[in-house]
Amino acid sequence: MNASAISAAPEAVGRALSQHRRDVRGSLFRVVLLGSLLVAIGILVTLMVDIVARSLPVWGDRGVVDLISTEISADPARAGIWQAFYGSLILMVFTAAIAFPLGIGAAIYLEEYARDTRTTRIINANIRNLAGVPSIVYGLLGLAIFVKLLGGLTGPSVEGRSIISGGLTLGILVLPIVIITTAEALRAVPSSIREGAIGVGATPWQTIRHHVLPIAAPGIFTGTILSLGRAFGEAAPLLLVGGITTFFSTGDAGFIEVLQGRFSAMPVLVFSWARLPQAEFKALTAALIVIMLIVLLLINATAIYLRNRFEKGVTS
Amino acid sequence: MTTRDQIATALAGDRSRRSRERRIRRVFFGAAAASVLISIAIVVSLFGEAWTFISNVGFPQLADIGWFPRRGFYDIRTLLVGTLLVAGIAMLVAGPLGMGVAIYLSEYAAPRTRRILKPAVELLAGIPSVVLGYFALTFISPEVLRPIFGEDLDGFNLLAAGLGVGILTIPLVASVTEDSLRAVPLALREASYGLGATRMSTSIRVVIPAAVSGIVASMIIAFSRAIGETMVVAIAAGATGGSLFTVDPLGGGQTMTAAMASLAIGSDRVRGDDYAFQSLFFIGLVLFLMTLVLNILAERFVRRVRERY
Repeated sequence: MNASAISAAPEAVGRALSQHRRDVRGSLFRVVLLGSLLVAIGILVTLMVDIVARSLPVWGDRGVVDLISTEISADPARAGIWQAFYGSLILMVFTAAIAFPLGIGAAIYLEEYARDTRTTRIINANIRNLAGVPSIVYGLLGLAIFVKLLGGLTGPSVEGRSIISGGLTLGILVLPIVIITTAEALRAVPSSIREGAIGVGATPWQTIRHHVLPIAAPGIFTGTILSLGRAFGEAAPLLLVGGITTFFSTGDAGFIEVLQGRFSAMPVLVFSWARLPQAEFKALTAALIVIMLIVLLLINATAIYLRNRFEKGVTS
Repeated sequence: MTTRDQIATALAGDRSRRSRERRIRRVFFGAAAASVLISIAIVVSLFGEAWTFISNVGFPQLADIGWFPRRGFYDIRTLLVGTLLVAGIAMLVAGPLGMGVAIYLSEYAAPRTRRILKPAVELLAGIPSVVLGYFALTFISPEVLRPIFGEDLDGFNLLAAGLGVGILTIPLVASVTEDSLRAVPLALREASYGLGATRMSTSIRVVIPAAVSGIVASMIIAFSRAIGETMVVAIAAGATGGSLFTVDPLGGGQTMTAAMASLAIGSDRVRGDDYAFQSLFFIGLVLFLMTLVLNILAERFVRRVRERY
């Protein structure tokens, strides 16, 4: 009798621990949490489906190439996005040309050279604060400096409201993001790599150039390219520095004249078209958004491709 | 010369190599210092024009019937109330949803589920704000809000704009909260389970209280982001040119950011009588100071999490 009671004990303990009562509140809590996740993803799916559905009529009678290559117009039947399309592309090149070298350079200084001094701490705190400044405030900066103060250089014939002003503004806007993501990538490089290089007589720059940067490259690429995606979707600062949404022509202007001339960009055009009352423009806006999302997808795919490629190069 | 000095000179390398290193270092320092210059440029350009505005318009004129800068009515309360309404509605959406997502991903989801679901939520963060503005105007307002509030609801309204901004800030709340939940040491959870607590009571009574600073920080950051969000409101809340003082979220209205955007468009340049142009910088300065205070506050809370674990 004693022996059977002892052998039954583990089962009894197990039964007591595994709880016969259903934990109703616990399951409910779990359902609520899962629900909020599904709502968030559901909104994303609804947004995508709704916008694609609204854009369908445009694809039926226009086609992608026609829409992109046609110029902006107030007549929905003839309106295209050409100026906004190439405006956005040139703006991206400008943004990259400013934010990448400056941002990566700043991150290299802060991570590889700077000691923990007061100056360093001020610069770091400053960059974190810049990252939190609303994008429209960068627009005000661009308006005051590039449009008003330097208008004679950035766009003499358009009062400074040029593609150069827009590009500089966007470059400054994403600079803090480039610095922060690059600094993270540099921090992830093990310090033994640096110690090894310094130990065999490399200078700090040789260490960075030949050892730290190649290892950090995948992270740097991802961060910088994703910041480009952020700049691509920004409309608010461009509205302030003069991105326009009506027809304009650059004619056969040279390269410099185009850069100093008036400009539009895809998100700015979305803003302007979305508010127009005609139903045709609602559909056109949806089509324009679909093109924007495809470009964003391409930007992100490039980031992932470069990361995978460079990661392989280092480990093999 | 002592041996020590000789070794030191030998190790330092030749002079040209050292001066090259110094030049490179200086270039990188220049890049880092440029970020400080940008901050100074922001503050100077905002203060300069804002000062012209405030010294010519004066504080009494900041309380009026509404915000119509082109006609000389500068009622800043209209914009502040509009901003708080939109940001408040946004937080009602993003707060609970973002927290729910974060707790699920951090405490409940299996690693594989998490790897799939987390990027899906992050995708939402990559959607440009003009797109959400369009969605708020063409979907949320007519197809979600109209059936609830009746057919006479204004197509442009602050509620739809607030919901749009809220959707935009869900991923922000979710990611900052999730980071702070995951920073809570596993040992605390194990101790709780060891005492027989369920997963729910472990989450609510142990993990969340331990991560509370980070959760507060996520709310502050999201609020700051909602205040600074421009395009959703500019598209979905209507009221170009100006707005009467209103506290009704079901009507059109204007926030600080949308007021700036609508001042800047309409023509090729910021035009208007009196100080319309300068008022742009005045609102910008108020907005800049508000977000700055919120961001500094949030950073305090984040640092507290980091120090503890």
